[in-house]
Amino acid sequence: MVKPKQHAKTNQSAGLQKSPTGITGLDQITGGGLPRGRPTLICGGAGCGKTLLAMEFLVHGATRFNEPGVFMSFEETARDLTQNVASLGFDLNDLVAHKQIVLDFVYIERSELEANGEYDLEGLFIRLGAAIDAIGAKRVVLDTIETLFSGLPDPIILRAELRRLFRWLKERGVTAIITGERGDGTLTRQGLEEYVSDCVIVLDHRVSEQTSSRRLRVVKYRGSTHGTNEYPFLINADGISVLPVTALGLKHTVSEERISSGVARLDAMLDGRGYYRGSSVLISGTAGTGKSSLAAHFADAACRRGERALYFSFEESPDQIIRNMRSIGIDLQPWVKAGLLQIHAHRPSSAGLETHLAMKHKLISAFKPQVVIMDPLNSFVIGDNEIEVKAMLIRLVDFLKTEQITGLFTNLAPGGNPVEQTEVAISSLIDTWLLLRDIDSGGERNRGLSILKSRGMPHSNQIREFLLTDHGVELRDVYVGPEGVLTGSARLTKEAENEAAKLIRNQEVELRQIELERKRTTLEAQIAMLRAEFAVQEIASIKIIGQETAEKAQLAQGRVDMGVSRKVDAMPNKQKKSDPQ
Amino acid sequence: MKTNPSPHAHPEEKQTPKHFILKLYVAGQSPKSIKAIANIQKICRENLHGRYELEVIDLYERPELAQADQIVALPTLIRKLPPPLRRIIGDLSDTERVLVGLDIEKA
Repeated sequence: MVKPKQHAKTNQSAGLQKSPTGITGLDQITGGGLPRGRPTLICGGAGCGKTLLAMEFLVHGATRFNEPGVFMSFEETARDLTQNVASLGFDLNDLVAHKQIVLDFVYIERSELEANGEYDLEGLFIRLGAAIDAIGAKRVVLDTIETLFSGLPDPIILRAELRRLFRWLKERGVTAIITGERGDGTLTRQGLEEYVSDCVIVLDHRVSEQTSSRRLRVVKYRGSTHGTNEYPFLINADGISVLPVTALGLKHTVSEERISSGVARLDAMLDGRGYYRGSSVLISGTAGTGKSSLAAHFADAACRRGERALYFSFEESPDQIIRNMRSIGIDLQPWVKAGLLQIHAHRPSSAGLETHLAMKHKLISAFKPQVVIMDPLNSFVIGDNEIEVKAMLIRLVDFLKTEQITGLFTNLAPGGNPVEQTEVAISSLIDTWLLLRDIDSGGERNRGLSILKSRGMPHSNQIREFLLTDHGVELRDVYVGPEGVLTGSARLTKEAENEAAKLIRNQEVELRQIELERKRTTLEAQIAMLRAEFAVQEIASIKIIGQETAEKAQLAQGRVDMGVSRKVDAMPNKQKKSDPQ
Repeated sequence: MKTNPSPHAHPEEKQTPKHFILKLYVAGQSPKSIKAIANIQKICRENLHGRYELEVIDLYERPELAQADQIVALPTLIRKLPPPLRRIIGDLSDTERVLVGLDIEKA
């Protein structure tokens, strides 16, 4: 609220002063409020919130901006008005008693009134002037002045007088709101927009596909820039709030932080660390594949970390969610009690898309969660409003990203269609997309989970079997073999078969080992025997060799000895030589 | 329809001539105000000999009365009595219609 004020001040130097309305969002769109000292026309059909907007402008002026105001009503009595706005926490009686607000009900009963000759509206001028002077009013509301046309005769006089009235309001320097009912092809029935040309705001209450949504548009704002879009607005216990929620471009800062999905095995599939904080996660799958269970896990994990989680349910009531999740071992009740988890259940048809968006926006801004879950998205698709749904989601995802809130959405994929194609074509907005599918084989349905994409992280490309147990979601490896992908009992059977085969193999190996051992022993025995045999032969051979050598030596010795004894061998030769000399 | 109201209304009005309390709101000395004052005074004088009270109020002087008497247009003539309440706005230049509007028997 400080910002628009400053904005107004900067505009002051440029020439155009602005009167803040104090209505959330409206001051942003108008760059600070309504043109100060000039009349503004607010028009729209019945029940679109004109009176409320005007009243809020006045009450905020009196209570927050020190600008007392006069509310001149042509339709509702002061008592009705007081009662109507009491539900918003405005105590008009108190404001009237403190001379902050004057309520004046202008009552014209056509049946007791008759015209005779010329008249003017000087009475209204004097009356309004007196009210303004009584409290030093800076703001004036005329709601709905067109009623005069049905109450008083001679429209030509009336038109001239109204023109004079608006001029007079300008001269008095009051910031005025004039409300007008929407006419056929014109903004107001009596063409007031011709007279009040400084600022025109159109309120709209549209019903499409049997749901209503409120929108506001600044059609004209002389001397000032303004947002020209149609902005959704809400009327609830806090009054009007306009939501200038449009795509702000892709400027959000990203976080490197990772947060757990609540399922350890799933975290493992996502690079071992889970989702990125502030990313958007889509879980799509056919009916009954466990989308909500994964969402509940995620909420549970967030609360365990001490974070706040906001769960929007569009199909189940909070109690039902808590009961159902308890059956798979997730107890959300304590988190609700601790104020960490809020579950809001709305039927998508309870309001228009814009209203839903605005409501979510408001709830998120108020609760400031770290995690937002929407379950399921596609229930918004009624008829062929997919484009609008996508536009809404873009804005929501954008908003969540700028706020660094991790969004988890589920999407019910219709059976038969390619699951990758979400009904709400939002896949391009999604950072992490988990696919849950039925694997239908062997007379049973089993669930499979795979990661279709996950931006910015290496992730598993494997299909995991997804089990809902009484202690939450469990992921199992699926059996992938020559028989195809096996899940459920087929997987169990296969696993048992494998186990048996393994046992048999193990036994075979053992047997072979024993055989080998036996062979080794035999071989070793043979070797020992051969060795022993060889040793015996060796000894025998050595013995023979020894004897032989000894015999030879003995024989030689014997010959020498014999020669010696004969004394012939060497000597006779020497003697023979010396003899001839 | 035509025969019934007249014999009823006729004796009643003759028996108890109604007393008229009239208020005329004007805006200062504007031409319309002056005309209106002159017109109503003439009508009362000529048709209501002594059985009327006429109060002329200048709204500029007493603006606080505007809210209580639900004044929007000026001049406004209010017939407070006899009931029901009747209002005629304008300068009252059409005497015949004023008489009909206020339900005054022409004298």
